[in-house]
Amino acid sequence: MSEMKIVSGNFAAAYGAKLSRVEVVAAYPITPQTEVVEKIAELVAEGEMDSEYIKVESEHSAMAACIAASNAGARAYTASSAHGLALMHELLIWASGARLPVVMTNINRAMGPPWSVWADHHDTLAQKGTGQLQFFCESNQEVLDSVIMAYKICEDEDIMLPAMVVEDAFILSHTKEPVEIYDQELVDEFLPSYDPDYKLDVDQPLGFGSLGMPDWYMDFRYKIAEAFEKAPDKIMEVNKEFEEVFGRDPGGLIEEYKTDGVDVLIVTMGSISSTSKDVIDELREEGHNVGLARLRTFRPFPVEEFRKLTKGVNVVGVMDRSYTFGHGGDAAREIKDALYGHRDVILKDYIVGLGGRDLTPKILKNVMLDAISLQDKGLDREIEWVDLRINQERWRR
Amino acid sequence: MAKVPEMELMNKGTTACPGCGAAHAMRYMLKALGKKTMINIPACCWAVIPGVYPSRNLEIPLLYTAFETTGASSSGVRAALNAKGVDPREITVVGFAGDGGTADIGIQALSGCLERGTDTIQVMYDNEAYMNTGIQRSGETPYGAWTTTTPVGSQKAWKRNPKKNMMEVVNAHGIPYAATVSIGHPELMIEKIQKAKEIPGPKFIHIYAPCPTGWRSDPSNTIELCKLAVDSCVFPLYEIEDGKYKIYKKPKDKIPVKDYLKLQGRFRHLPEEEVERIQENVDKEWELLLKKEEFTNE
Repeated sequence: MSEMKIVSGNFAAAYGAKLSRVEVVAAYPITPQTEVVEKIAELVAEGEMDSEYIKVESEHSAMAACIAASNAGARAYTASSAHGLALMHELLIWASGARLPVVMTNINRAMGPPWSVWADHHDTLAQKGTGQLQFFCESNQEVLDSVIMAYKICEDEDIMLPAMVVEDAFILSHTKEPVEIYDQELVDEFLPSYDPDYKLDVDQPLGFGSLGMPDWYMDFRYKIAEAFEKAPDKIMEVNKEFEEVFGRDPGGLIEEYKTDGVDVLIVTMGSISSTSKDVIDELREEGHNVGLARLRTFRPFPVEEFRKLTKGVNVVGVMDRSYTFGHGGDAAREIKDALYGHRDVILKDYIVGLGGRDLTPKILKNVMLDAISLQDKGLDREIEWVDLRINQERWRR
Repeated sequence: MAKVPEMELMNKGTTACPGCGAAHAMRYMLKALGKKTMINIPACCWAVIPGVYPSRNLEIPLLYTAFETTGASSSGVRAALNAKGVDPREITVVGFAGDGGTADIGIQALSGCLERGTDTIQVMYDNEAYMNTGIQRSGETPYGAWTTTTPVGSQKAWKRNPKKNMMEVVNAHGIPYAATVSIGHPELMIEKIQKAKEIPGPKFIHIYAPCPTGWRSDPSNTIELCKLAVDSCVFPLYEIEDGKYKIYKKPKDKIPVKDYLKLQGRFRHLPEEEVERIQENVDKEWELLLKKEEFTNE
């Protein structure tokens, strides 16, 4: 029987791995991910989770061990955050190059220096080119749902790619919410065991990852690009199937909140989305024609969906909880890419909440009002940093 | 003494240089371990020697992995096999890395693999420098050697630091078995690797594997160099089983180290006093090893 439990985002991730019948876990502790590895250790120790758990000596080794386990035909899982994820970088690329459906949870945390353990998307978005699918979660339920879904998507023979299910530090990772822990039989029905066509096998010896000369390498890369092109449809297909089995829509590529016929579209990612939805309600009551798109799937980037969603829209206001130096907020930049040549729209990038800076409804409302005001005054600046110590008066009033 | 099995799991057609010690190392190791072996290979000469995609000259499953990951990768394969219920005595998981991949960049993953008690054989085939990238010095390059990053210049010349003692490093992890083996003594090498295969837990094998290209030696002298290294006590053949040392091939008559050095261009620049210094160090290490053997067997 499915049961409701009050759990943190980290426990939700651990239960997601358990319900996915992960065969090998390899992980290394880092704040604020530690509860994930602790909970899995406890589940394994109590015999509730039947997994080989390798307590590796680094995040680099965590992903290396997951890659090897996956290559040997086992379903593999890890979890990390920030500096741990950065240390994994080489292997994140390896996992996609080797076409291995390793799923991990990353707790979005700011990168040092200065040291910070709080919410920020830069760690995950710095890995956006590594060939990982990336799912940004809004709630703890979605964390659990997305881990299970990710295996289903990633293990599809047309996809065969790794994925990151990400949740914001503390705001989700350490905050308890009611989460439905599904009946194992139901999950088993949705997610069959992992049985790859090719794996390490002494009876059918193959080599994995050997030297590819220039007359081969490029074609291997193209095959990965092809899988990424197929991924949006696959994600939506699995999303639909998930909804049928579990009665819950995890959000697909983009979750639309009151977007029909809006003049102003606000784009958010992760945990600020739920507060933002409340603010949207308030603004609509005040007579503003504004809606919200929650960007759930950052990789593959939902290009077509953004083109559709912005039809008839005057202003797109993007809230980025990350900033790539010399470039800008990652979501805003990607949306611009998607809209180029398709939509003539005002797009403003708001840099918000870096390193866990609190985003109150007041601040979010001021950001949205600023976006709304652009309809009359036009674009004042492409990128604006919100609630800095030098401009807090404006955003907190 | 074990016989060298006739079975071949390494086919003809390698990209190895003439006289390559690493090629012999793999060939003999596979003869010892047999078909039911899975090998993790990081960046090293052996990432290239099996041939480029889609060719492969080994009849066992191979997992190529990133440079610093051999111990972690081996752990992942072993964990997957455990999850599938495959006994470690049924399929042997091997990490097969060069000296750089083992003793330098891979030492962290190796240490983790050993400390966790992972039932694998971690092999260091030691050609005493980064040979695949073109003879750069490693932690295993011996004192006195020329490499491309320890060139013989007018101001600074050759490697001044001693070779890292990996047998002691792994022994400090309290593992059940570690052995040095040499391709110049294939029967003994096979015997020790077969022994390692049957012991549960983490094992370490240090294979002495000359590299004519990097050592500036005649390819036809590879086996001769192996024998001289053992006879001069530069590379003693010994094992450590549950902490007990056993020198399993003691030279009848210890030969001078210079007989070993003179066949290699990488030592050609050394003045007489440095050769003497190397001899003194080899003697000291050998005496120490004899004492360890005596002490741990009391």
